[in-house]
Amino acid sequence: MAEVLVLVEHFEGTPKKVTLELLTLARSLGEPSAVYVGAGYDNAKAALAEYGAQKVYIAADTELDNYIIAPKAEVLAQIVGSSSPAAVLIPSSPEGKEIAARLAVKLDSGVITDAVGVSDGFVCDQSIFGGGYTVKSKVSKGTPVITVRPNSTPPEPSPATPSEEQVSVTLSDAAKKAKVLERVSEKKGGRPELTEAEIVVSGGRGLGAAEHFALIEKFADSLGAAVGASRAATDAGWYPHQNQVGQTGKTVSPQLYIAVGISGAIQHRAGMQTSKTIVAINKDPEAPIFELVDFGVVGDLFDVVPQVTEQIEARKG
Amino acid sequence: EEKKLSDADKTLDREGVEGVMNELDEYAVEEALRLKEAHGGEVTILTVGPEKAVETIRKALSMGADSAVHVVDPALHGSDALATSLALAKALGTIQHDLVILGVESTDARMSVIPAMLAERTGAAQLSFARKVEVNGSTVKIERQTDTGYDIVEAETPAIVSVVEKINEPRYPSFKGIMAAKKKPLTTLTVADAGIDAGNVGLGGSGTAVDEFAARPPKQAGTIVKDEGDGGNKLAEFLASQKII
Ligand SMILES: Cc1cc2nc3c(=O)[nH]c(=O)nc-3n(C[C@H](O)[C@H](O)[C@H](O)COP(=O)(O)OP(=O)(O)OC[C@H]3O[C@@H](n4cnc5c(N)ncnc54)[C@H](O)[C@@H]3O)c2cc1C
Ligand SMILES: Nc1ncnc2c1ncn2[C@@H]1O[C@H](COP(=O)(O)O)[C@@H](O)[C@H]1O
Repeated sequence: MAEVLVLVEHFEGTPKKVTLELLTLARSLGEPSAVYVGAGYDNAKAALAEYGAQKVYIAADTELDNYIIAPKAEVLAQIVGSSSPAAVLIPSSPEGKEIAARLAVKLDSGVITDAVGVSDGFVCDQSIFGGGYTVKSKVSKGTPVITVRPNSTPPEPSPATPSEEQVSVTLSDAAKKAKVLERVSEKKGGRPELTEAEIVVSGGRGLGAAEHFALIEKFADSLGAAVGASRAATDAGWYPHQNQVGQTGKTVSPQLYIAVGISGAIQHRAGMQTSKTIVAINKDPEAPIFELVDFGVVGDLFDVVPQVTEQIEARKG
Repeated sequence: EEKKLSDADKTLDREGVEGVMNELDEYAVEEALRLKEAHGGEVTILTVGPEKAVETIRKALSMGADSAVHVVDPALHGSDALATSLALAKALGTIQHDLVILGVESTDARMSVIPAMLAERTGAAQLSFARKVEVNGSTVKIERQTDTGYDIVEAETPAIVSVVEKINEPRYPSFKGIMAAKKKPLTTLTVADAGIDAGNVGLGGSGTAVDEFAARPPKQAGTIVKDEGDGGNKLAEFLASQKII
């Protein structure tokens, strides 16, 4: 069977859930090989084997972490050159899409971003214009380079004993032009990551003040959910930008999306419209968000949110 | 604004949309103007697109840009990202520059690939997802927005910068700006003028093809309840009925 490369997205060696999803998807298309770039492979090893990687390419040179994007594209291009895989799958994060972009130019291959499914012949399903259209497309030139959205394939284990190959890369001067001087974390810890979460609870301008986001956090915690925010809320400084959902924030596709005090502007919808089940709480019955919902409550969030949170906690017993 | 796919050749129906500027590019133009105000230099607008893109160019000129280059040619119709980035890179070769500033993504394609492709094609440094840009002589430093916070990334010019919408507040064109824009130089290039091989752009030069598409069926109307003191309880019941709790 043809080899399918999967770029491992990891945090200090721990593979993100999307990596396991991509390995699962790659198994349905060919023989998955994981490509691990950076330090910390020992933390990733077990999970990559459990999700069926037949082979792991490891580029562990620590120099790779000093630059952005270009080094990973060079590692992938080198492996594609030596092993001629059938396709390269990359997580559809902002960084993943940029790696795919550079790789496609290096290979003179077509690139498809934000696939929500990939089937035989590497035909990709995409949901475009904020979910208004579904499109099937494929790469018609070179080795297909495809970025796949998180939460598109349920990850399923299929234990394997992968062979390991160390890859040594000599970075080009071009790849070393943008140097990272410092990495700054502003993360709010403890909750699931927005793009990977099964449930997302988002708050908007209706919250009225930063301190009222505590209501959203409590509601989210009762469901084990991630917290999102509209741009109105992040612009006001009520919640960090990393939590923004929408066109210029993150695209999420959870099992359940709950919008609280969010009107449902087109730019917000673009980031959440493909969620499986959508719920809204809004005091304005005319709010456009209600056009999308499976279940909506017209009411004041300051009444509804505490009540539902309490009910959920009570049902947990 | 509604975006559609054209039935004839499965490309984005650019006839059906206004030639308005991609929203994020207003932030790119604004950042360029601010850098010019602080450090001197000139701002040139570059766009690859149909006739209608002139409306976008005029807007950028009326915001304060100095001149514009418009690559327009029927051969470009249907270009994907690979082909568009080639056209942009070739056209850049005709313009003297230190910095190229783009938006992080377009409102139609939403791919976020053009800035990285352009850096790969030109060999210039990639400084993408900037929420802050600082120029000091030939050194450019940005805060690159990441999933967990930001990276401070530095490079020498020439560099390709892409900006996020948090970076600034784009200005509105003044009446004076709108009048002045009419007299600013606009160079139109065909594919041949820009030194692009027509076979490498357009539908034929693209690396991707759309097989089929379908408008998504409208969603079935959901259940909407009015809160009469029990809205939270009703929501909890719904969640339980979906086996979520
Ligand atoms: C280039 C560009 C990019 C953008 N990108 C994004 C993006 O990524 N994400 C995004 O979200 N937006 C984005 N926007 C902004 C978008 O257009 C909207 O302005 C934004 O989504 C509005 O946020 P909101 O729904 O929280 O606020 P509003 O539209 O003001 O809605 C607030 C809602 O809260 C309700 N409300 C108020 N008080 C209560 C209460 N007590 N109880 C219940 N309900 C209440 C109101 O009825 C109203 O419907 C972008 C805009 C542009 C131009
Ligand atoms: N045809 C084009 N002409 C000029 N700039 C473009 C063109 N297409 C994309 N861009 C720039 O590239 C950015 C990212 O676009 P995209 O990769 O299509 O999401 C946009 O915000 C623009 O600044």
